[in-house]
Amino acid sequence: MAAIAELLVNGSKRRISAAEERTLLSVLRDDLDLTGSKYGCGEGKCGACTVLIDGVAKRSCRTSVGACTGKQITTIEGLERDGKLHPLQDAFLNVCAMQCGYCTPGMIMSGVALLNKNTNPTLPDIVQAMEGNMCRCGTYPRITLAVRQAAVALKGGGR
Amino acid sequence: MKRNHTAAQSGPLAPRADCDSRSESPTIEPERYEFFEEPKYVFEPDRRDFFKIAGAGIVVCLVAGDALAQQPGQRGGRGGGGPQEIGAWLHIGEDGQVTVYTGKVEVGQNIRTSLSQVVAEELRSPVASIRLVMADTDLVPFDNGTFGSQTTPQMASQLRRVGAAARQWLLELAAAETKVDPEKLVIADGKVTHRASNRSFSFGALTKGKKQTKTIAADVRGTPAADWVYAGTSIPKVDGRAMVTGKHRYSADISLPGMLHGKVLRPETLKAKLVSVNLKDAEARPGVVAIRDDTFVGVAAPTLFEAEEALAAIKAEWELEADQPSDKNLFADLKKPQGAGQGRGGFGGRGGQPRGSVEQGLAAADHKLAATYTIAYIAHAPLEPRTAVAEWKDGKLTVWAGTQAPFRVKSDLVRAFNLPQEKVRVITPDTGSGYGGKHQNEAAIEAARLAKAAGKPVKLIWTREEEFTWAYFRPAGVIEVNAGVKKDGTLTAWEFHNYNSGGSAIDTRYDVPNVKVEAHGSPSPLRQGSYRALAATANHFARESHMDDLAHAVGMDPLEFRLKNLKEPRMRAVLEAAAKQFGWGQSKPATGHGFGLAVGTEKNSVVATCAEVAVNRDSGNVQVLRAVTAFECGAILNPDHLKNQIEGAVIMGLGGALFEAIHFDGGKIQNASFGKYRVPRFSDAPVLETVLLDRKDMPSTGAGETPIVAIAPAVGNAIFQATGVRLRSMPMAPKGVKT
Repeated sequence: MAAIAELLVNGSKRRISAAEERTLLSVLRDDLDLTGSKYGCGEGKCGACTVLIDGVAKRSCRTSVGACTGKQITTIEGLERDGKLHPLQDAFLNVCAMQCGYCTPGMIMSGVALLNKNTNPTLPDIVQAMEGNMCRCGTYPRITLAVRQAAVALKGGGR
Repeated sequence: MKRNHTAAQSGPLAPRADCDSRSESPTIEPERYEFFEEPKYVFEPDRRDFFKIAGAGIVVCLVAGDALAQQPGQRGGRGGGGPQEIGAWLHIGEDGQVTVYTGKVEVGQNIRTSLSQVVAEELRSPVASIRLVMADTDLVPFDNGTFGSQTTPQMASQLRRVGAAARQWLLELAAAETKVDPEKLVIADGKVTHRASNRSFSFGALTKGKKQTKTIAADVRGTPAADWVYAGTSIPKVDGRAMVTGKHRYSADISLPGMLHGKVLRPETLKAKLVSVNLKDAEARPGVVAIRDDTFVGVAAPTLFEAEEALAAIKAEWELEADQPSDKNLFADLKKPQGAGQGRGGFGGRGGQPRGSVEQGLAAADHKLAATYTIAYIAHAPLEPRTAVAEWKDGKLTVWAGTQAPFRVKSDLVRAFNLPQEKVRVITPDTGSGYGGKHQNEAAIEAARLAKAAGKPVKLIWTREEEFTWAYFRPAGVIEVNAGVKKDGTLTAWEFHNYNSGGSAIDTRYDVPNVKVEAHGSPSPLRQGSYRALAATANHFARESHMDDLAHAVGMDPLEFRLKNLKEPRMRAVLEAAAKQFGWGQSKPATGHGFGLAVGTEKNSVVATCAEVAVNRDSGNVQVLRAVTAFECGAILNPDHLKNQIEGAVIMGLGGALFEAIHFDGGKIQNASFGKYRVPRFSDAPVLETVLLDRKDMPSTGAGETPIVAIAPAVGNAIFQATGVRLRSMPMAPKGVKT
């Protein structure tokens, strides 16, 4: 078993010692104490573990840590900058796009990935991009609204 | 399903509140909850312990005896608890910090916010100045659990009285300082002011150096809803920022020094006996602890990956029982009741007294309609599966566990490990939802057993497959309805039998002279338990679908037909409000579209939903385009959070209405994954509109459950209008509608 010694997480080089076949989710949570990314299903069907790898939304429960070396990993903990939330985080708070909050980090990461490539997503765009993220509490309409609000804020120079 | 539990009583306080201090709320019958038993003993709390926990200052506690004294005619506390049973307590420290201690659990229903609001209201202080300590069995008074929509009617009203008593006390303390009458003082913005002399006192200045407790006088009342400033407004979720930044730590996010990761060996089928097990290969792995204790087999290892590998290295032999659960003849099986009539069996329950004669009523009818409805088992599928972190330290077991009932988990641990009450502490961080599915948490016992074997803390997170297989399900059921109606739309007879899904909301609220309603318990092939709104969803589905058919039989508009047979003003109000917002009767649906409505009541709140669906003629696919829900639960504590609950309930309800079902055969759950078990997703969400009826003249009741009960029949009725096909099984269209 080869061991992975370093990961690029949220703009920092992090020293680790992890067997390459371990999931990125487990290494983030258990080795780096970045517990914002959640386990929900282990099969990539709920999106609670979503992180960005080189800017693209990926399911960290289905990604081996060995496949992540040299790549930029962004987790929910990496969105806030200098005490300022990402506009999508602000929008989630504005419209209370959550109940229990367990899906929220994954939802936000999928939403950020969408906004990174589509500055003006339509409702079908949002549904298509986020269909794989599950909110059992049923806050989908609020999440959709939050993504749209964030798109407007980003256009206004929110980030 | 009833289990005997020993006392869940303990902690330094040994406090115990009784959920029966049910001011301003209807009783919930114990038989409607399978996991329900009160502690055996109630001990006098030691008042000094409050200050050990919270430091100096003043403490106001509510004792159940007081609350019950306010409710003449209510039956006494469970187990005949004494006058010292504490329901909740509030501490104001020397720094002015207000801390409320309650056994309720936040599972997404936003009670951390709403309970903060009611205390803020009484103390005339910003919500941000109130801190809630919830669900830590060493710190908070006993609580049966967070279910049955009881937090708002019970805990919120208790906390209003606690807050009001604290306010009165602060005024008295300030009066003693200023030597003026308390009436001449004003409490606002977290301080007490004497305007005439322009002197103010912070709460901390008033409590400095004190170690005093008070229980609430019987005549203390909360501020009337009409005068609310902090309560009744859309205060944002108090811990929202921790949620959107990923900083909130759920049970699974707790990490302890030296902690291992656990895995538990599960049987091959639902009914299997462990014959033999060989742990040698697992134990040989570095850092791995493997144990067998009775039927429990598990491993703990430094990483989850190593724990999974160790588990796979265990060789076990199972003897499968001959009679494995299967859903092949499920509904016929459920019709073999354990006990007909009321209140027998785990999911029997109630039904009102029969009225008149159904036979005569049917004889007097112009149209008679008999039909059978079926309800599938479904899974709660909370996104956070059962999880626990367990640590043994100096003979004391501490477990962080996501659950709706931390004191129940505690009593399970006390029993499983044969420990004194004071040696077990359960801490429940705000949890990743429950929906009635987390009345216990076996992961707590499993993690604790592994931690005991390893001599180190252990974290155990159930996999999704484990959660789908070894948790419990919403009961399946069969409902038979037989009804009669006159040509003019007057109901003459109503007979209703529910097999297995339960008695919640089983009684019809329509005016019918001849009624017979019964719930029958059945032997359930699967482990079943509470689910959001319990059987109210099934019973409303059958009743409101049947009402729709009866309206059709007499050629009446479904709204008009319901209003003709319904006197209850609160139900009429929501039905008319939903219909108005929807534009009921104002237009005809497009081809392939249909409109449907339904009304209902449960847990003392009322709901009506109007839905528009589109059914694809070729694929049979059903899309719910729009759902308008009117809801009334007395005085509203937080309008936006109430809307959020209603919207969420409607969307969750769509799953059970249209496509969710657990399939099982040969003792195995056939669809134990999100790949195979379909839940509502973004593309399923209709346009939602919510009408809130705020009754400031009425006590606040719960809202977490009732909004789910009307969506399934509303959608079914809309499908009927769109296609002419009446669907009588939930889920109605897992593979679309065949027209």
